[in-house]
Amino acid sequence: MYEGPVQDLIDELGRLPGVGPKSAQRIAFHLLAADPADVSRLQEALQRVKEGVMFCEVCGNVSEQNTCRICRDPRREASVVCVVEEPKDVLAIERTREFKGRYHVLGGSLDPMSGIGPDQLRVRELLSRIGQQVNGVDISEVILATDPNTEGEATATYLGRLLREFPGLTVTRLASGLPMGGDLEFADELTLGRALSGRRAV
Amino acid sequence: MFVRHLQVSDFRSWPHADVAFEPGASVLVGANGQGKTNLVEAIGYVATLGSHRVATDAPLVRHGAERAVVRTAVVNEGRELLVELEITPGRANRARINRGPVPRPRDVLGILRTVLFAPEDLALVRGDPGERRRFVDELLVLRAPRFAGVRADYDRVLKQRSALLKTAGAARRAGGSGDIRTLDVWDGHLARHGAELLAARLDLVTDLAPHVASAYAEVAPESRPVRIGYRSSLGEALPPGLGQPGGARADVGLLEAALLGELARVRAQEIERGVCLVGPHRDDVDLVLGEAPAKGYASHGESWSFALALRLAAYQLLRADGTEPVLVLDDVFAELDRRRRQRLAKVAADAEQVLVTAAVAEDVPEELAGARYDVHEGEVRRVR
Repeated sequence: MYEGPVQDLIDELGRLPGVGPKSAQRIAFHLLAADPADVSRLQEALQRVKEGVMFCEVCGNVSEQNTCRICRDPRREASVVCVVEEPKDVLAIERTREFKGRYHVLGGSLDPMSGIGPDQLRVRELLSRIGQQVNGVDISEVILATDPNTEGEATATYLGRLLREFPGLTVTRLASGLPMGGDLEFADELTLGRALSGRRAV
Repeated sequence: MFVRHLQVSDFRSWPHADVAFEPGASVLVGANGQGKTNLVEAIGYVATLGSHRVATDAPLVRHGAERAVVRTAVVNEGRELLVELEITPGRANRARINRGPVPRPRDVLGILRTVLFAPEDLALVRGDPGERRRFVDELLVLRAPRFAGVRADYDRVLKQRSALLKTAGAARRAGGSGDIRTLDVWDGHLARHGAELLAARLDLVTDLAPHVASAYAEVAPESRPVRIGYRSSLGEALPPGLGQPGGARADVGLLEAALLGELARVRAQEIERGVCLVGPHRDDVDLVLGEAPAKGYASHGESWSFALALRLAAYQLLRADGTEPVLVLDDVFAELDRRRRQRLAKVAADAEQVLVTAAVAEDVPEELAGARYDVHEGEVRRVR
């Protein structure tokens, strides 16, 4: 145990995801030795993240304005919406540069153990979005891109059932299967099994 | 297969131990509390990622140490693999195969297969259904490691669904309606994973049943015949004949439909009680001696023979699949009478490798008089 402010800082850092006690200690001593200007920049960034960041009224992604950059962009297809769990998933899909549609961020997945049901997620917003036109265009496809784990799969199944009620709407789920550049022999059975059942004609 | 080398650090009572083994019989002899069982427990851990003595990992780490390490060199049909496990309580274990890290510890399952018989196994006959489910699931994973994943998925869905039922039940009792809109979704996932697990267990019990009957007859020929059968929480909804001696193969699709049907039938009751009432987590394996259930009716000696027959049947089944598992007999000879000792020794003498622990060397029948190690005051010394 260190004394006073240093230990306070280590304790606070240690609460962050992905930071263990050793890393927390290392970061704390780095900050102690760092240039005061660097520290105050970090301080400002921390402050701004709570005060200056808003969530997009349309899709729920983090944004600097009422609506986010993607929702404001007229070049993005308004007919396709990709449903993800977290803002960081938007970033992951954006990095592919494959997707030209828009997003809907749920803010998590169905997780009864943590008390998260449909009402804690942005499900109602999604449903009301589908009924509305954007720039005269209807939403024609919803891509369910929740995580391929127990909670993500349950969320996708739940949304799939709700969205069946909309006539003319196509609902798709991200394919799950083999990673590119991988070897078949090293794939685990679950992944390989899914890849087999989700195979396509060539 | 056989274990050629075992090395442990900070495992149980051992700060460090290093033992070389050979195929055939090896007997570890030492007074009580010298750590014989700890060594074979480490070998069992590499095979099942669990201990046969405790449910959690914390007691496996030497008092005062942060983590335990178990290294085993396993030779299977002339090919040697080095499996290393780092056990840190409260955190995910880490595993390496031939010094290369693997993404998940369960990837090491299947490299070493053991069948371990220990005094704790009396609980297979006398204990709760959970003991028998664990026996079946462990054997399932030994036969097909992918079931470790199926089991983990099922447990996860079960926890989530139980949490939902609990909150819904509490809300309903408080006068509200409770949020059960997503229950259908969890039912679907529970039935899907549950059917896969259930089908595998049913088939396993069907395969195991004849081996149990013959192993028991061999160990205790003077006793009444025994049989085993799978008891599903589906009850009447389970297609007849499954999980019984000579039964048909289970169909996953049919079982999924049966599970969904039962879940729908008991839904009100489940919400009322806030627990999940249907599924493989509520199943059991019936052990029948003569015409009566072994639990409660079998004598002490009969219970021992039954437990031994279950382990020997598992051993024979794995052998019939084409792998030679390592047989581990932990402190069991002292518990058996002379005749049963001899019969067990006869079966064990055939094994590619059998590891035996005993407090007194005289308890071990002559058939198993292979290599002998003395375990004394933190040292393992080969004496023969």
